[in-house]
Amino acid sequence: MSSLLTWSMYIVVFGALGVLALRDRAKAKQAVKVAVKSFFGILPIMLAIIGLIGLLLGLVSPEIIARYLGQGAGWWATLTAFVLGAALYIASLVSIPLAASLLRAGASVTTIAAFLTGLMMVNTLTLPLEISHLGKKMALSRNLLSLLFAFAIAIVMGMVLQ
Amino acid sequence: MNTNLPQQMSGGAPQGAPVKKTPRQWLADYRWVLLIAVADLLVWLFWPAQATPVVRNTWDYFAEMVVILIPVAVLMGLFEVWVPKQLIGKYLGRESGWKGIVLSFLFGMAPTGPLYAAFPIAGMLLQKGASPLNVVVFLNTWAALKVPQLIVETNFLGPAFMLVRLALTAPSAILMGWLIQKGIERTGGLDITPLQSGVLAPPSA
Repeated sequence: MSSLLTWSMYIVVFGALGVLALRDRAKAKQAVKVAVKSFFGILPIMLAIIGLIGLLLGLVSPEIIARYLGQGAGWWATLTAFVLGAALYIASLVSIPLAASLLRAGASVTTIAAFLTGLMMVNTLTLPLEISHLGKKMALSRNLLSLLFAFAIAIVMGMVLQ
Repeated sequence: MNTNLPQQMSGGAPQGAPVKKTPRQWLADYRWVLLIAVADLLVWLFWPAQATPVVRNTWDYFAEMVVILIPVAVLMGLFEVWVPKQLIGKYLGRESGWKGIVLSFLFGMAPTGPLYAAFPIAGMLLQKGASPLNVVVFLNTWAALKVPQLIVETNFLGPAFMLVRLALTAPSAILMGWLIQKGIERTGGLDITPLQSGVLAPPSA
């Protein structure tokens, strides 16, 4: 599935870029420039996370990961993962491989989903900036509601995807 | 607007920094990679039996990531030149109804930058009369349902994981937006400072 997705992505994306290049050279150039910039912009942190995953999976046995993050670890593991996700700020493109590596090593779906939904939906570290642009009412209510919804979504995901 | 870089952690490179980087900047950017490399070296020196699985896992994830990151980066480039960000405001007013919600989803899914790049845009939308409902849908979609993110998610966690999360997150974004809009209406409107000229400038935080 993933390789099918990957190759169809290549065909669609580079096809679209080709069409754009035929119709508007300057815009295509700009698109390539942004693409290269995005790629190398995320590369340092991406490589660091990949290195971290390598160390984690190479040194920590799946049994240990399963014991602390798996089915048997219970609600505390899920809650801790959620709070950690909500408090941290990691770009989602980077956090997804990390979450996947833990899931593949035996962590439970609920715990991994809680980490990801917390990370994506609750934006604690950027809250001051959000308040300055959107006002206290909107920023605070958005993050508080996100906190509830993100946790609920993770629980439902755990039930649906077991 | 040049908010395409998924800058993350604290103190990412400033927006619009010169393209040429000094060795010092390279060192700063790759400091975590270097730290990991040193850790790998220590494992290899003192714990040689574990070095093979570490290297194999690192390589596997590296290959998996790079292969998907290339088309995702090109997609980000295409979005950047194709999605007219200035036009967003026109279609998201209080009377926009379902059309406004759908447009907010589409505008939120397409962009490529980090969430903090969305706040100035969202603030501008509010000041120009976009409804809180639409702005919340836009922000939540940007935060959790960006297309590049969904692609990487499908690749690493599988289509079922991505689809279930999408199916749960999208309606909850609308429900949240509706609740927040009602709350703001009942408490006497928004509490934002009037439009400043610098409202679209990238954050200096």
